Amino acid sequence: MGSNIDATITIFTEFYYWVTIVFMFLIHIGFCLYEVGASRRRNHLSTLMKNTMAIPLVTITFFFFGWWIYFAFINGPGITGGMTAAPQATPWSPLMGAHLSGASAGEDPAATAYWHRLNGVFWGAFLLFSITTASIVSGAIIERVRVGAFWLIAVFLGSVLWILDASWGWHPYGWMVKLLGYHDAYASGVVHAIAGGAALATLLVLGPRIAKFRPDGTPRDIPPHNTWLVCIGLLSIYTGFWGFYAACNIPMISPAGIVDVNGAAGQIIGDTWTATTIYLTPTTLSAITFNFLMSLSGGMLSGYIISRGDPFWTFSGGLCGVISASAGNDLYHPIQAMLIGAIVVAICYKLHFWVERRFKIDDAVGAVAVHGYGGFLGVVVAGFMLWGTPSSPFAGYAQITPWGNFIGAAIMFALGFIPTYILAKILDGAGLLRVPPRVELEGLDFASNEAMLAAVAEVAAAEKAMIK
Amino acid sequence: MSTNGLTSWAGDLKDIGAIYPFQGSEYLLVLLGLIFWIGWHILQTRQETEIIEKELKADPRGDKTRASIDRYF
Repeated sequence: MGSNIDATITIFTEFYYWVTIVFMFLIHIGFCLYEVGASRRRNHLSTLMKNTMAIPLVTITFFFFGWWIYFAFINGPGITGGMTAAPQATPWSPLMGAHLSGASAGEDPAATAYWHRLNGVFWGAFLLFSITTASIVSGAIIERVRVGAFWLIAVFLGSVLWILDASWGWHPYGWMVKLLGYHDAYASGVVHAIAGGAALATLLVLGPRIAKFRPDGTPRDIPPHNTWLVCIGLLSIYTGFWGFYAACNIPMISPAGIVDVNGAAGQIIGDTWTATTIYLTPTTLSAITFNFLMSLSGGMLSGYIISRGDPFWTFSGGLCGVISASAGNDLYHPIQAMLIGAIVVAICYKLHFWVERRFKIDDAVGAVAVHGYGGFLGVVVAGFMLWGTPSSPFAGYAQITPWGNFIGAAIMFALGFIPTYILAKILDGAGLLRVPPRVELEGLDFASNEAMLAAVAEVAAAEKAMIK
Repeated sequence: MSTNGLTSWAGDLKDIGAIYPFQGSEYLLVLLGLIFWIGWHILQTRQETEIIEKELKADPRGDKTRASIDRYF
């Protein structure tokens, strides 16, 4: 930090990301409320612990290898080059700890100066994306999955798969951006489509809850035990999304600071500072404020009508509306964002029930529809809406196209689906994926509930014995 | 050609204005938005009327209503 201006920019950026991390924790409060509300009383504690323990497990694994994956694999599997060095992201690096503005022993200051003070908050923001991605799967599989199986899937998805796709398609130098012009500014594909693909794969192997389907194969509704709690959870997720959106941006950068992987200048000239997307393309917080709120509103209004006022699907519609416009919400007009949110939500709602009937998929919270189909369609729509727009501020990168984004969306969904399907099959083969039917019927909290009742009875007896 | 008029970011940001796609269609977008909004109220009112008609027929003797009042629902 050579001057007071440099220091102000660095500390502002540090604080900006730190605040986004705090906001994004609201997403996880929301997931807990929503999953517990959707489960039956006999499964509450297990459901709560299943989701909550993804936080520490993804955190430590994202420290060990997730952050490194993001930087190491930007060239894909040998597509635009080999693995790249990531001195700021190896878990043994001095930069992965308390660090001030100087270079530590063995560091190349030219390569690492940017990370001296900012590495922790960047890592934290990406970690919260990781935990979000993992948590999306959690709700779909409630009331019958073994929690240990989910935690392995959470680590695999949160600290390996999604961050690999982010490296490919959500990095300013990623191969999908270079070759396909892939554009997904607020993660419709890189977070939501991949998580939806992973959830669908897990559900296929796991199977439905007992009593979900009638003997003739038609589905029964298994209502949430507390719809109000589910909806408050979704409201909390909306709130956390403000942090999610802000964390997808770089808050302030000069045109001279926008440099490619080799340090060469980008195409933007002049002295006008700007916020940018993760691709280093200009945007503003005003743009994403307009579009976040309008896509949320389009989704809620559409969800209300298509579900005939059902609270769960109205709130889920709002979330799906945002997800469906997120790929292009750096550039859309607000009314475009609203209409995209409204139309995609109606499609996803219909798809959810069609897939449920046709393939006997028991997605307890509609996660595959809201995140998977919503995210996939959001990326595809952005390809049409932003056709021909530059995907990057660097020369030689492909422009945004319908086919580039369609291929990208398919890669995202498949990267979630295929590896997770294989992992779920392995877990199932080892008898580790699903609880036995008797335990499912008793409820996953049966033993702890019995212990609590015994404790209550003992305390009550002891207290009554004291009455004179 | 691109939907927002930008084919590269080569330029000075002080010279670039709107960057959303299909500039020039703002009046049409507003019209579509207004149709969506008014249409929503029409559909919502129809749906609510249907629901109220169902609710009117749901408890003709009033027994469930009295039980609900007793439970402070």
